[in-house]
Amino acid sequence: MGAGHRHELYLPGDSPVHRLPPQCKLLAVLAFAIVVVATPREAFWAFGLYAVLLAAVAAVARVPAGHVVRRMAIEVPFVLFAFLIPVIGMGERVSVLGLSLSAPGLWAAWNILAKATLGVVASILLAATTEPRVVLLGAQRLRLPSLLVQIAMFMLRYLDVIVGEMRRMRVARESRGFAARDVRQIPVIARSAGALFIRSYERGERVHLAMLSRGYTGSMPIIDEMSASVVQWASALALPAAALAVLGCAL
Amino acid sequence: MHVPDGFFNAATSVSAGAVAAAGVAVCLRGARRELDDRTAPMAGLVAAFIFAVQMLNFPVAAGTSGHLLGGALAAILVGPYTGVLCMAVVLLVQAVFFADGGLTALGVNVTIMGIVTVLAGWGVFRLVTRLARGKAGVTAGAFLAALVSVPVSALVFSLLFWIGGTAPVDPMAVAAAMGGVHVLIGIGEGLITAVTVATVLAVRPDLVYGARGLSRRLVLRDADGETTVGGTPGGADEPAAPRGALRPFLLGGVGLTLVLAGVVSFFASSDPDGLEAVAENKGFLGQASDHLFGSWALADYGEVGGVPVGVAGVVGVGLVLLVAGGLAYAARNRAGSRARA
Amino acid sequence: MTVTPVSPASSETVNSLEVSRLAYAYPDGTQALFGVDLAIGRGERVALLGPNGAGKTTLVMHLNGILTPGHGSVTVGGVPVRKDTLKDIRQRVGLVFQDPDDQLFMPTVRDDVAFGPANAGLRGAELDRVVTGALARVGMLDFAGRPPHHLSFGQRRRVAVATVLAMEPEILVLDEPSSNLDPAARRELAEILRSLDVTVLMVTHDLPYALELCERSLILSGGVIAADGPTRELLADEELLAEHRLELPFGFAIPSL
Repeated sequence: MGAGHRHELYLPGDSPVHRLPPQCKLLAVLAFAIVVVATPREAFWAFGLYAVLLAAVAAVARVPAGHVVRRMAIEVPFVLFAFLIPVIGMGERVSVLGLSLSAPGLWAAWNILAKATLGVVASILLAATTEPRVVLLGAQRLRLPSLLVQIAMFMLRYLDVIVGEMRRMRVARESRGFAARDVRQIPVIARSAGALFIRSYERGERVHLAMLSRGYTGSMPIIDEMSASVVQWASALALPAAALAVLGCAL
Repeated sequence: MHVPDGFFNAATSVSAGAVAAAGVAVCLRGARRELDDRTAPMAGLVAAFIFAVQMLNFPVAAGTSGHLLGGALAAILVGPYTGVLCMAVVLLVQAVFFADGGLTALGVNVTIMGIVTVLAGWGVFRLVTRLARGKAGVTAGAFLAALVSVPVSALVFSLLFWIGGTAPVDPMAVAAAMGGVHVLIGIGEGLITAVTVATVLAVRPDLVYGARGLSRRLVLRDADGETTVGGTPGGADEPAAPRGALRPFLLGGVGLTLVLAGVVSFFASSDPDGLEAVAENKGFLGQASDHLFGSWALADYGEVGGVPVGVAGVVGVGLVLLVAGGLAYAARNRAGSRARA
Repeated sequence: MTVTPVSPASSETVNSLEVSRLAYAYPDGTQALFGVDLAIGRGERVALLGPNGAGKTTLVMHLNGILTPGHGSVTVGGVPVRKDTLKDIRQRVGLVFQDPDDQLFMPTVRDDVAFGPANAGLRGAELDRVVTGALARVGMLDFAGRPPHHLSFGQRRRVAVATVLAMEPEILVLDEPSSNLDPAARRELAEILRSLDVTVLMVTHDLPYALELCERSLILSGGVIAADGPTRELLADEELLAEHRLELPFGFAIPSL
């Protein structure tokens, strides 16, 4: 899991998708994912159309296919699980290439693969076209509790700092011949984790002090106002609306 | 273990979303009471820390490795409320910025990996530290808390999978496999958590939420030598060491179990495949409104293939809101009585 | 500029900063300050010298009420630091932290500089004017839209100074301003500090930097003020320096006037 997280998903650009207000994009992606999840798995063609819709968004946003595909690696563990389902699944068996597989299991595997993939691609497109701090502004506009948004803001700001500290600790361990091979090495890793916690916590205290020094009283001042026009809402919601239309035909 | 879109049916996703939202709402209040205006930066930094330690892979047995969940660790280090918030934000950030975990599955992920691990971990930790005091008690509590939290989380996953999973796999087999693997992972999690907590305890004991309260008198040094004066280390601002928070969390645990058990028994006698087909073919919302005000005896629905999944969702959500409301109320009363004391 | 001796403020000359009998211990029980007394007149540039662990940073945290004194008092521009005066005090005392990453917590340079004035109630064009002015004074105007973690260390330190200047403080307090700076960044920062027309308290163990920028110095050692006088005289007293674990860099000679 860790490896996938180190990719920068955001792809700077100036496409119409990049320019849409974040709150519109967030809501559009969420609605799209809900429509996808609610689609019956027998409607093969509907999933095909969803994929076409996402491809169209990617084209408008000028996000290259490679950028999306590389980051889809995040799904791999569940793809493996999906392939396992037909083997261990219950229900009537069918024979595929000499293997006895569960027919409902095959359906389930297809269902998970299709929906998870569409969901992941939609999320990647959102993250690729929207700066993280802008996503948070959008979340705030969507009435997500502001405390939650602030926590996420601080987390994103200091993620690289903390992960960097952890890297340096690992380099320090390994340059003295340490390698994590089995359970006996766990305490060594854990002691670094303890040190990392103290550093993170103390940094949190210092950040809080820095905020207090500049007049913080518990709520963030609003520096940027982001409002969305009807046209922007309409163009963002075109994606889930189109998906909903497809779903309507499928039912 | 980040669940993607499409793994659970819509009703389960929505119900879990409601559980997660209610839990996070309660914890927002609780964390604010614990940390005051420090909540945002402190929880943000701790969330970044949790994110980082989740990247630590540790060897479990020959050839396999697990990674830290961190729920129990967060609960012990920064308290259960802040712990849940940190886990929720980590999962939110992973879903939105790293496409790890589906957006519609966010509720499931927050429930399983945030709320359940913290609840189970904190409950075990408090029980152990009541029985065994001192640093040894804290370390042992941390080990057991983390050890228990991982398989419990896996079992709740299996339970949800039984209720609303989209794959026709024997639920007992899932529970056994998930439980077995996660006991092993839990041992690693327990070891890391215990040593991490012990390390922090040795250097900054005041940072471990469960083990605070060391203070000495102030000393003035001048030409006449040293004199002891009144006043406390940390000045007047330091809050009293927070205690308790066990009862609301046990209540929460019981409540969550009841909700899940209720929903499970509701579905238990029906065929999960049938449920899913109904949900997908007919659209569960329409069904729900048909049945919502009809006469319905829960037990009777076992025979009917088409259980109104939406009703279950509504019932589940209602129960959860009741439990969460009661929890918040209990927590507020506690805070009130402490303030008066 | 005359050196103001430690004395109570008279009505016509209010000191920028006064500290008396200040003692403090951390929550973990470690006591850092054991009765600190000092006074700094308006417009002075003073260096607070001391070895690591002398309590310098702890003292700094008291100057704007981040830490509450266990004993003793702090007064800024005639206003005592108390719970009810905190808002006023934090406007008057500009703290620049040792690690700029602690100070630059907002997503962009502009947001960060705007944080203080926005908390004070400024919005719109007025806010923009203050932010632009502060960034221009430290030569970082071109970086307004950048995230802080994409800047060099020296640039981050300068933005940190700007975040504080935007508050238009009575006294600027810098914690180890020259640490981790390369020689060019160090010189640029010195030029910026000299160009500012505010009282400056510079906490450091970088003795040449203190000599370059400050006429007067205090030595904090063991949690009390151990010496107070012209920087030149203190640095010439080898015995005093050695007693408090302070050393001039190898080969450094105090330049004659």
